[in-house]
Amino acid sequence: MKVILNSEQIERILEDQARRIISETPPKVEIAVIGIRSRGEILAQRLAEKLSKNRKKNVPCGALDITLYRDDLNSPRAGAGPQVRTTEIGFDVDGKLIILYDDVLYTGRSTRAALDALIDLGRPKAIKLAVLVERAGREFPIQADYVGHKADVKPGKSVQVNLVESDGKDQVIIE
Amino acid sequence: MSSELLIKNGRVIDPANGIDKVCDVLIVDEKVSQVGKVNKPVKNVINAKGKLVTPGLIDIHVHFREPGDEEEETIASGSAAAVAAGFTSVVCMPNTTPPIETETDVEYIHRKGRQARKTHVYTMGAITKKREGVELAEMGFMSQAGAVGFTDDGNGVQDPAVMLWALKYAAMFDVVIAQHCQDNSFVGSGVMNSGYYSTILGLPGMDKLAEEAMLWRDIQLVKKAKVRYHAQHISTAGSVELIRQAKKDSLPVTCEVTPHHLLLTEKCCEGYDTNYKVNPPLRTEKDIDALKQAIADGLVDALVTDHAPHLQSEKELEFLTAPFGMVSLECALGLYIKALIEPKVLDWPGLIRLMTERPAKVIGIDKGTLSKGKQGDVTIIDPDAEYVVDVNKFRSKSKNCPYNGWKLHGKVLKTIVGGEIRYET
Amino acid sequence: MAASGKDKKFEWNRKHLLGLRELSAEEITYILDTAQGFEQISTRSIKKAPPLRGKVVVNLFFEDSTRTRNSFTLAASRLSADVIDFTMKTSSVSKGETLLDTAKNLEAMGIDIVVIRHNAGGAPLFLSKNISACVVNAGDGYCEHPTQGLLDVYTIRKLKGSLKGLKVAIVGDIAHSRVARSNMWAMTKLGAEVTFVGPPTLIPAQVEQLPVKVSYSLDEVIEKVDVINMLRIQFERLGGNPFPSVREYSHYFGLTVDRMKKAKRDVLVMHPGPINRGVEMESEVADGANSVILQQVTNGLAVRMAVLFLVNQAAARVE
Repeated sequence: MKVILNSEQIERILEDQARRIISETPPKVEIAVIGIRSRGEILAQRLAEKLSKNRKKNVPCGALDITLYRDDLNSPRAGAGPQVRTTEIGFDVDGKLIILYDDVLYTGRSTRAALDALIDLGRPKAIKLAVLVERAGREFPIQADYVGHKADVKPGKSVQVNLVESDGKDQVIIE
Repeated sequence: MSSELLIKNGRVIDPANGIDKVCDVLIVDEKVSQVGKVNKPVKNVINAKGKLVTPGLIDIHVHFREPGDEEEETIASGSAAAVAAGFTSVVCMPNTTPPIETETDVEYIHRKGRQARKTHVYTMGAITKKREGVELAEMGFMSQAGAVGFTDDGNGVQDPAVMLWALKYAAMFDVVIAQHCQDNSFVGSGVMNSGYYSTILGLPGMDKLAEEAMLWRDIQLVKKAKVRYHAQHISTAGSVELIRQAKKDSLPVTCEVTPHHLLLTEKCCEGYDTNYKVNPPLRTEKDIDALKQAIADGLVDALVTDHAPHLQSEKELEFLTAPFGMVSLECALGLYIKALIEPKVLDWPGLIRLMTERPAKVIGIDKGTLSKGKQGDVTIIDPDAEYVVDVNKFRSKSKNCPYNGWKLHGKVLKTIVGGEIRYET
Repeated sequence: MAASGKDKKFEWNRKHLLGLRELSAEEITYILDTAQGFEQISTRSIKKAPPLRGKVVVNLFFEDSTRTRNSFTLAASRLSADVIDFTMKTSSVSKGETLLDTAKNLEAMGIDIVVIRHNAGGAPLFLSKNISACVVNAGDGYCEHPTQGLLDVYTIRKLKGSLKGLKVAIVGDIAHSRVARSNMWAMTKLGAEVTFVGPPTLIPAQVEQLPVKVSYSLDEVIEKVDVINMLRIQFERLGGNPFPSVREYSHYFGLTVDRMKKAKRDVLVMHPGPINRGVEMESEVADGANSVILQQVTNGLAVRMAVLFLVNQAAARVE
C-alpha cells in the first residue's frame, strides 16, 4: 500500500481546481457541481463550497447515482450487482455549466454513464469533467478538463480514495 | 312519591339466590327492594300466606303470530294469555310473516309488547334471510336492537356450511344461536313420530334421526365455533344423550323441553285429533322417561310451551294437512306440576329454577331472580288449587289445545310486572 | 470509479420474486433501499433509464387487472424494456392452452421476465420451475401479492421512518386476501405488530399459528394503531354468506369519519385499490388528510422498477 496523496495535498488540489474554474468561467455563467457516487459527491460538496466562497454566491451541489446507466448491468458476472442508490439533484441543470466531479478517472466508462444520466435530467449549457486522480487505461475517448493528480499505477493495482466524511481520513492510496 | 308493594308471608322461592323460606318481598319503585322480614308499614299489601312467591316466570319459546297472522294471535292477546298464566317475560319466535330479520322488525315487536302492557316481550331474530337457510340475516343490527338470540324456528338450518357461517359470525356478538333440529332429508312429508302408530294409522312418519342427526352435527360445529348454542324443544332419548355428552365436554350447549313432550305420546294421535299434531312430534314413553331423567339430572335449561296458535278452521283439516302446533300457555304451570312435581322428578325450587333463572341465562337477560335492585317481576302461585282446563276461558285468540277438560293443580293468583299487578284472579 | 470498502456487500441473487414469505428482512430492506433510487425517474422530465434496454417483459395476466398491469407496464417501460401484454381474454388460453404451453411458447420467442397474475396459488412457482425467464408474482390466488406488500411497507417506511414497533391493522376479507398475507410477512419481518380485523367468518383457518393478532372489532383496535390498511370487500366473490349485507359490514368494519375521530392523529390510512367508496371507507376518509392511497400508487412504480431491475440483475449472474 502506497499513499500518493495526503490530506493537505487533496485540499490544495481542490483549491487549485476551484481557482481555475472561476478564472476560466465568465461571471455571468451559472455553475453547479455534480459528484458521481460514491465519494465523487463528497469531493463535489467541498469544491462547491470553495466556488461559493469565491463567487460570493451559492454554487449548488448534487449527487448522481450512475448505477442505472452502467454498461455492464446485463453482462454475466460473478457476485451481486452494484447497489442502486439515490440521485439527489435539487436544482435545475438546464442552462448551467455543470462541473461533473469523479474521484478517479480510469477507463472512462463511469463518465460515459454519468453523461447519459445527466442528459436525461435536462439540458446543461456545458459539462466539464473534474477529477481528483487520473490514471492511464482509457477505454473510451474521454479526458478530464481539470485533473488533480496524474497517478502512475501498475496494471493489477487499484487506486483507493478515502475521505473524512466516509472513511474517517483523507488520503489516496494505491494497492 | 314512591310506589311500594309488599307481599307478605308467602313461601318465597328464589333459586338463583338459594332462597326457599316463608318471608316477605318488598318492591319499591318497580324494583325488588327487600326479601326477608319486612316490618315497615306499606299501603299496598298482598297476603301470600300458604302461597308460593317466585320470580316472574319466563317462557323463551312462544309464537305470537304478529306481524302477518293476527287472526291467530297478536302480541297483545298472546301476552295477555301469558301474564294470566304467571309469565312476566316471553320470547317470541321470528317465523312471522314477514319474518323478524332486520332491526326495524325487532323494534316493532318490542313496541307492540310495550303497548300491550302485559309481560315483557322479547324476540329472537332469524338466522338466515327469509328463514330459507341460504344467506345470513343481519344479526349485528338485530343484536343492537335487542334481539336475544337467533333461530330459524319452524325450520332447521339445513346446510351445515351455512350453520357454521352463522355460528362463526355470531362470535362477534354475545348472542345465542338456537336451532329447531330437523334434518328435512329424514323428515320428508312426515306428520307424526315414525313408529308403530304412524304405521297403523297410515301416516308418514318423522324419524327421530331428523332431530338427532342435526343436533349431533350442530354440536360438532359448536366444537369449532365455540359460540352459545341452544337446542330447541328436544324430544328424544337420543337427543338427551347428545346433550349429556356435550355438557360433559364443557361445550356452551343448552336445551329446552315442552310440557307435551313430558306428558303425551304418539298414541294420542290415534283419534287423528290434530291438536296432537306438533313438531317435533309426540314420541314414546321411553323418550318421556329419558327427558324426565334429563331434567332431574340438571341437563335441561328451560321449560317452554312452544305456544303455537292456529285458527279452528286451520286445525279442522285432515291430520295430514293440518298445521303443526298447540297452545298451552294458560295451563302450562299446571302441566309442569303434573309432569314433574307430582311424580317427584323435581321439587318446587327445581321447577321454578327451570322457569326463571336458567331460561334467563340462556338468552342472557337480567331477569329470573329476586335479587335486590332487579326488576320487580313476581308470580304468586297457589300450588294446591285445583281447576279444570277450559279453552273457552282462554285469553289467547286460539283454542287449539289438547288439554281441554284436564284436571290440573297449581293456579296463578297474581302476576306482578315491574311492581305493577298485571293479572289477578 | 474505484471500489470502496464502505459499500454494502449484500448479495441479491433471486431471479424470481414469488412471495415475501421466503424473503429475509435484509432482502426486503434491500428492495426498499433500491426502490428509493428509482423514485426520481418518475418525477423528472425524461422518465426513462436504460438498465432493461433490449429486455422483454411479458405481462401474463390470467385475472382481470388494469391497475397492477399498468403499473408493471409503466415500470418496465421506464427501464427501457419492451413490454408484451398477454391477458386471458385475448389469448389462446381461452382455446384451452395450458399455462405451461403458453409460457413455453412465449419463451420460444425470447423473453426475459414474466410478470404473472393467476387465480391459482402457486402458479408463479410452477412457472419458475419450467421456464428459464425471471418470474415476478403479480398475485396468485389467495397466496401472495409481493409487490403490493413491498410498496405498502415502502410507503409506511417513507412516512414513519421505520416499521419497528409500529402497530398495523389490516381490515377486511383476510381469508381471501393475498394482500393481507404479503403484508403480514413483510411487516412482521420488519418488526411491526400486525392485527387482522374482520368478521370471524372472514378470518382464515388456524390464524393463531400466524404471527398476527386477531380482532373482530375495528372500534376496539382503531385507537391503538399507527397504520390502517383497508382491504377491498369483493361481494361478487363471496355470495352472501360470510356476512349478511354490505350495510352491516360497513357498520362494523367501515372506516367512517366518526371512527377516524378515535384514531391517532397521524395514523396512515391505506388501501390497495380499487376502493368501494361508502363500503370500506367513506369518501371523506379516502380523500382525507390521513389517506396515503395515492402515494401507494406512486411508490408502487418505484418498487416495481426495483423488483424488475433486481431479478434481471440476478439473472445476469454467472452461477
